[in-house]
Amino acid sequence: MSTRSLSKGCFVFKPSPKKRKVSRTTAYYFREGSSDLEDSELRFATCQSLQKQVKSETEQIEEELNEQLFDNLVSFLRRSHSAFQEKKTEWTCRTKSREIPTAALVLGVNVTDHDFTFRSLSEVLQNNVTPYIALLEAKDCPGIKNLMQKLLGQLMNCCIDVDSSEEEDYEHVSRSRVRCSMTTLINWYESATKRTDSETPGKKRTSSRHWQSPPVVVIFKDMESFTTKVLQDFVVISSQHIGEFPLVLIFGIATSPMIIHSLLPHSVSSLLCIELFQSLSCKDHLSTIIDKILLTTQFPLKLSEKVLQVLINIFLYHDFSVQNFIKGFQLCIVEHFHSNPLSVLCCQLEEAKRRVNSLSHNQCENVRRLPSFRRYVESQVSEKQIALLTVDSSLKEAVQKLLEDLNVYHENYFPILRCLHVFTSSLPKYPLGKQIRELHCACLENRVWETEEYESSLQLARMLNKSDLVTMLQKCVEILVSSPGREFDEIVEKLKEFLTQFQKLEEAYQERDESISPQKELQKKTNLYHLQKTLLELKESRRSKKLTKFEMLRFEVVDYIDSLVRHYLVPADHKTLHEIVYFNTASVLREHLNAAPRIALHTALNNPYSYLKSEVL
Amino acid sequence: MCESLPFLPKVETGIKVQKGKNQLIANPKRFVKKLEAISDDEAQEVLEEKSYVAVLGVCGEESMTNGSSVGGGEVYTFQTPKRSNKMAELASELAQTPGQSAVPDPSKCPEKTAKTPQSSKRSSSSQVQQKTKKNEFVSTTPYRLRKRLAAPDAQLESESEYSASCSEEEEGEEAQKEVSTVLSHQKTPAKTKAVSTPPSRKTLTKKKDNMNDLVEEYFEAHSSSKVLTSDRTLQKLRRKRLNQQTLHDLLQKSPLAYAAEIKELNQQYESLFSKWMLQLHLGFNIVLYGLGSKHDLLEKFRTSMLQDCVHLVVNGYFPSITVKSVLNSITEEVLDHIGTFRSPLDQLEFIMKRFKEDSSLELYVLIHNLDSQMLRGERSQQILAQLSSLPSIYLIASIDHINAPLMWDQAKQSLYNWLWYETTTFSPYVEETSYENSLLVQQSGSLALSSLTHVLRSLTPNARGIFRLLAQYQLENKDNASYPGLSFQDFYQQCREAFLVNSDLTLRAQLTEFRDHKLIRTKRGADGVEYLLIPVDDSTLSDFLEKEDEDI
Repeated sequence: MSTRSLSKGCFVFKPSPKKRKVSRTTAYYFREGSSDLEDSELRFATCQSLQKQVKSETEQIEEELNEQLFDNLVSFLRRSHSAFQEKKTEWTCRTKSREIPTAALVLGVNVTDHDFTFRSLSEVLQNNVTPYIALLEAKDCPGIKNLMQKLLGQLMNCCIDVDSSEEEDYEHVSRSRVRCSMTTLINWYESATKRTDSETPGKKRTSSRHWQSPPVVVIFKDMESFTTKVLQDFVVISSQHIGEFPLVLIFGIATSPMIIHSLLPHSVSSLLCIELFQSLSCKDHLSTIIDKILLTTQFPLKLSEKVLQVLINIFLYHDFSVQNFIKGFQLCIVEHFHSNPLSVLCCQLEEAKRRVNSLSHNQCENVRRLPSFRRYVESQVSEKQIALLTVDSSLKEAVQKLLEDLNVYHENYFPILRCLHVFTSSLPKYPLGKQIRELHCACLENRVWETEEYESSLQLARMLNKSDLVTMLQKCVEILVSSPGREFDEIVEKLKEFLTQFQKLEEAYQERDESISPQKELQKKTNLYHLQKTLLELKESRRSKKLTKFEMLRFEVVDYIDSLVRHYLVPADHKTLHEIVYFNTASVLREHLNAAPRIALHTALNNPYSYLKSEVL
Repeated sequence: MCESLPFLPKVETGIKVQKGKNQLIANPKRFVKKLEAISDDEAQEVLEEKSYVAVLGVCGEESMTNGSSVGGGEVYTFQTPKRSNKMAELASELAQTPGQSAVPDPSKCPEKTAKTPQSSKRSSSSQVQQKTKKNEFVSTTPYRLRKRLAAPDAQLESESEYSASCSEEEEGEEAQKEVSTVLSHQKTPAKTKAVSTPPSRKTLTKKKDNMNDLVEEYFEAHSSSKVLTSDRTLQKLRRKRLNQQTLHDLLQKSPLAYAAEIKELNQQYESLFSKWMLQLHLGFNIVLYGLGSKHDLLEKFRTSMLQDCVHLVVNGYFPSITVKSVLNSITEEVLDHIGTFRSPLDQLEFIMKRFKEDSSLELYVLIHNLDSQMLRGERSQQILAQLSSLPSIYLIASIDHINAPLMWDQAKQSLYNWLWYETTTFSPYVEETSYENSLLVQQSGSLALSSLTHVLRSLTPNARGIFRLLAQYQLENKDNASYPGLSFQDFYQQCREAFLVNSDLTLRAQLTEFRDHKLIRTKRGADGVEYLLIPVDDSTLSDFLEKEDEDI
């Protein structure tokens, strides 16, 4: 069948049911498309499990991050209608509650992340506060009528969810036939709450989860894009009925809370009792994600400096969206496992060691072709070289050892990186960057101790005062103690020793202070001449005096940190077999995530040679 | 398409030049500001730009998969970096004689824009003559002196404004520039003779001889390359217009240039098919961009990969495609649902529900030209984006418009979850443009004519007379470009005089009939008077009148 027609623009193709085979799985395409057939199933499985792991991890992180905000919101909801719950009939309460309790939720400009936040918010509310939640989006509500329709539809549906078994007939009252007005809403609410009230003796569970008369929560996902009129009308109408059922509004705001006042005139906004909630900024969010996902040994796949830089740049210059960052990371995972046949070894160490044993000959050749492995071979003695290049079993042994080395390297790298960050992040002007990701990039890029920035930050570190230095050292000790690395005992010992030395110094100073003070008192009584003399002496002694003990110690500490950095923060591409765990092709990522169609068109028109490679052009 | 219309890019740049000039006339004041700002900012600016470029184009140097760098550093360079001796240039520019600063000003615009790049190659002697003439012209007008302060700014402005479009073409113009620099060498003696140089300037030139030469050459080179507007318009073609069939045949005959290379290029893309399938299955959607029709590529993808799956092909270029029809074909043909929906949103909801309930349902959607006229609206994109966000709907689409990505805001983009693939195919947009009228084809208007006669034949003689009156009046005024139409009152008067109507009302009734058949159009003028117009071009109208005459 052709897809060319003068009368149609859409063509559906359905294979006949006989011909329809078992639809091919994703793994099939993974195998088909990958450049090298070696171990593709295993690679695909590893890829999938890693993706799943990352996904669940990020979701968990996000939940943790949002927990505070949600707790605040829930307690706000609790407070908002406590009056309504207690004295339903009291007249004073009714007049007073003309104001609709409203939560203004400032979420930031990363609109793409909001969806997730709202989804988990409504989940939390559903579990803890109320079954009656309506999520409204501007695109569904061009007019007040559509808004009410949508609202009623969502509310009545979710009510059915709660007790779906017995109220089948209720469902038949299709919402299209229900006249969508506030009165319907109120009637529905009364009947719904009554039903749950009557059920409470039977069903303890529902009553314990929700409150006696759960509030109706209406969430406006994107407040800015609603038309003013719709919002105004809704607020005015519902404020008329606020006495009859407990309504709470939640405005999702991307820009600033001022937008409420520019969207709604005073007469309307005065009907709202607004409380402001601020979500975590997306930058902090990203830092947490990077911290928990990229700067751990938990996930075997690592990103090279350029790839990370591309992802961070897309975040900072384009969208501020954490979701997109994670999406980019997922793409990295797929690309890495898809394009690199040796990525089969990119898993936890024990597993990787087992896999090394079952490597095929072709895969061994692949290992031999790795540039980092070649460098390693060249550094060996000649007999070993021959063995590595010709005998598969000795190669496998070497690979196992090297993988172990790599693992150890990572185990040491991250804690030391954090320690260094403790130092650099408190220096004035942040020569090595404020965020740990900047430091990480710098360390991955090349030998960090050869850079100017590192020099200057060491200089600055040599001028730190004692209390700062002590707190930093304490932090470092904490980091190192909590990290799983094996070699840190020594370092911890050393750092603790420094700490005790500082302690001693302090005590010594105190003693000296005590000894000096009586002297000073004596001096006060002497005459002017003596005073001048002693002052001069003091001055001279200060000038000629060499470094104090404290300064000596400070130098020692900084030098020690420096030696740690030189030892542990070697850039990853100096390590053998780094190709296996580092995803390196930043260009692929950039092409697919941050494409530039304009440039493609320009180049195609102006410089077709770059595509056609024809000598004539 | 590109092959057959070689003048297109040039026309575009011509427009740009014009635009730049219009702008520069508007802001003479900025010059002073600029002067102040230049020295302060330049160092810092250059630095900042550098770091910005470095940051953005992190991997510009390494990504050369298809030849175009993704960073785009080469194509879109920043225009300001070479500011360091701009002040000096400016100063010398101001000190020079009126003749030296061959100032681009509105009066010369037509002359300049008329010059094609080809014309600079014509013959050096005529070029020289032209130039000297120009110089004399400039030097004789004292008004220039007063305007000069604004002028260099103008030049700078146009320079930077223009080079945005010109910088990429530089390679192609290399040869041309060489020609013009040769010209400028020949020209200088002629010029110094023609221009009466004041003494003060001579010392200046001697001092800065070397630099001036450079500056001169620079502007010489650019003044000739700046004028890129082609005068090869369609009007100049000897054979003006062809009919559709002959054009088609002619195009068919001419072989596709670089066919082998293009084929190879396409084969590269075809090797990506299974990767696309993989990524579609992993929850991404794929969008193809780049020069050339991607219809055949997608078609190949469909036939090779999707034979055993349910899939939907949407021709976005189809002139009456709507989102509704896309949704309809999903609900009716894929989901076998009988019944209608109140709105596309309801329909979308239904589809989403069905796909979420039944996880065995899978649908591949191929959209050719997602950015087409009919689908680019905000609402349609929103619906398509929501559709594509379903995990079991796999969308692969192509875009062609240079600004197509502007359709999507952050929210839509995240719904679409695009992976971008560059597929520059260089193949002609045959299928996509088959619904359009070509500029090279003669528009016959026979359809309009026959519909006119058919409708009129069913009317009363009086009504035909009324229409004739209007048509004749319109033909009499065909040379008047601002002809608004015939006002109702005048028309009524004329009709009465011809005994065609007896009252205002009967005329109105007739007109309503015409309007219903789209024979006439009414519009209100600025003064509130109603004007009547026949929306048919003049040649068709005269054909019609001739035919009518024959009939009578």
